[in-house]
Amino acid sequence: MTGEHQTLALLLFSAFVAVTLAITTWVSRHRRGSAEEFYAGGRLFSPMENGFAIAGDYMSAASFLGVTGLIALFGYDGLLYVVGFLVAWLVVLFLVAELVRNCGRFTLADVVAARMRERPVRIAAGTSSVTVSVLYLVAQMVGAGSLVALLLGGTSGAARAWAVVGVGALMVIYVSLGGMRATTWIQIVKAVLLLGGTIALTALVLVRFHGDLDRLLLTAAERSGHGEAFLAPGLKYGGDWTARFDFISLGLALVLGTAGLPHILSRFYTVPTARAARRSVVWAVGLIGGFYLMTIVLGFGAAAIVGPDAVRGSNAAGNTAVPLLALDLGGGAGSTGGTVLFAIVASVAFATILAVVAGITLASSASVAHDLYASLRRRGGKPRSEVAVARVAAVGVGVVAIALSLLARDLNVAFLVGLAFAVAASANLPVLLYSLFWRGFTTRGAVWAVYGGLVPALVLVVLSPVVSGSPDSLFPGVDLQYFPLQNPGLISIPLGFLAGWLGTVTSAEVPDEARHAETEVRSLTGAGAA
Amino acid sequence: MQPSKGRPRGVGAGQESSIGPYDRQVPVPAEETGQLRYDDPWYDALASGWGESAGAAAPAPAKSPSARGEGKAGVVAADVYLEVQRSEAFQEVRRRYRRFVVPAFAAFFAWYLGYVVAATTAPELMARPVAGAVNVAMVAGLGQFLTTFLLTWAYARNARLRRDRAALELRWDTQELTRGVNGGAP
Repeated sequence: MTGEHQTLALLLFSAFVAVTLAITTWVSRHRRGSAEEFYAGGRLFSPMENGFAIAGDYMSAASFLGVTGLIALFGYDGLLYVVGFLVAWLVVLFLVAELVRNCGRFTLADVVAARMRERPVRIAAGTSSVTVSVLYLVAQMVGAGSLVALLLGGTSGAARAWAVVGVGALMVIYVSLGGMRATTWIQIVKAVLLLGGTIALTALVLVRFHGDLDRLLLTAAERSGHGEAFLAPGLKYGGDWTARFDFISLGLALVLGTAGLPHILSRFYTVPTARAARRSVVWAVGLIGGFYLMTIVLGFGAAAIVGPDAVRGSNAAGNTAVPLLALDLGGGAGSTGGTVLFAIVASVAFATILAVVAGITLASSASVAHDLYASLRRRGGKPRSEVAVARVAAVGVGVVAIALSLLARDLNVAFLVGLAFAVAASANLPVLLYSLFWRGFTTRGAVWAVYGGLVPALVLVVLSPVVSGSPDSLFPGVDLQYFPLQNPGLISIPLGFLAGWLGTVTSAEVPDEARHAETEVRSLTGAGAA
Repeated sequence: MQPSKGRPRGVGAGQESSIGPYDRQVPVPAEETGQLRYDDPWYDALASGWGESAGAAAPAPAKSPSARGEGKAGVVAADVYLEVQRSEAFQEVRRRYRRFVVPAFAAFFAWYLGYVVAATTAPELMARPVAGAVNVAMVAGLGQFLTTFLLTWAYARNARLRRDRAALELRWDTQELTRGVNGGAP
């Protein structure tokens, strides 16, 4: 690793930071401090803008760095992530986007609380939203850490730690000063940069193989040392039944989790109508689908050109496959082309992380201020402005995420995101779907659905090999491992749905027919939508 | 995209032909929605931006109470929603929504689960070559991409042609009715 590409990458990255900070200050000039503006950007984005912002929110470091790394290391098994990430958008489009836009104002809890007793439901949904957001944040910041470690040449712990702290500080600034409007524009800029970078790299890979995808795949298979098996499922998740169930569990979590991610849901509130929400999802599906198709090429390209051994040597989890690929495509280490490409890719990845992290921080600060603080604050205490609380919450969420990221720095980011998806699918999706579609759903059912998914998901992660009991665990020295799967989704998602049903049938509460009618009419027509 | 057809009725129907400006514009003028929100039974004190700084955008009239606590007006507004829910027009919209979403959801979810389960339990089948380096697994994976794109397009088309106009009319009628029972504000 030469000094030049470090300088260049740092320069490009500083430029991006400068631009985004400029956006933030420019946007916050006309700020009037209303909650509508802070959480939803005034609801005035167009479907295309919002589509790009959704794509920018969703195409995370996990996809760009993590998934390509998994494909480079394990071949086809990495591809499962990509398929799950994309197919999940059908769940969002069919069942969630328009209805949530029509029923809610800022958060997931708004939709549920409309039909139920407000306090318990808000506390439950707020808690689970914050939990999901923090898990997701950790994944992004671990990605930032490994990127910096690679960029600065060393695996020095200090550089990583500072990168994580720096990303954390920036995201807090964006969110607390700029709110949703700044966050959205940062995501749009990032989506364009990321798509541009990905298209360029994909084109270079295809040129290298003269457009012959077949040869790309064959070369990848050959260099991987696994031969044909590299192109078929089973390398990572084959073998024993534990691994296979892990694969199914992950697949389920990915496809059901997206619709429960708070930062994705909050994006639908930034457009004026349900119809605009639908059209922004259509834009997003196009952009995200195209992006993932290209990451497949990049993943196999990294396997074919860089080789799995070199990828593993740089970062055991594979998170640095794409930057290494860029270095090679540009002409190798030391060449000008390699330096430039490497620097560009590294700064695009940084931009990606910053934008995603800002979106999640905003969503979780909304949950803290709008749901938790609003429900838990002492009656008669001095009322503070909701937006002021949200700004403080952004700082708090940032600090927690930084601390956890320093702890989890050696895990693959795509895998960490898989965990966040599993928790989202277990805790947020059941309650959301029940309250939109089930006439007899009650307050107790709602509260049970949230905790009945959230608690098992978290407990199973704590008892899983991720945390303890195997050499790759967070705490290899301890043995708390009682649950064999790494991803809890297979168990905890059905539990969430089951708990919601149980809570409803056992409660004495008579479901309020009028409020169900209101939810249904509003969700499908948009009457009275904010 | 879709030229306006059928009877022009209600506000916004005339704008159907050009989608761009239509989506940017809520059928209710902006300042009106701002006020609507405050005499709306849907949002009570907790939900409606408590403690917003006084200079904030909407000139929230200090006396406008949340209607849910108000009893009568809230109850009558609830009746409006029950009435709309039972109306033939609404049931038709709901039917059209469900008739597309239920089978489409079942189809893609089964196809996706089948794909995941096949990848784990039948690796030999998935590894069977199709052409060159491409095997069944690759074809299935790309097939998932293709069906996702197709279903997205089909859903958007279905919603645009079969639901949007009726939903907009219902929205307008419902809002007229709720405003009526809430005392004709503003």
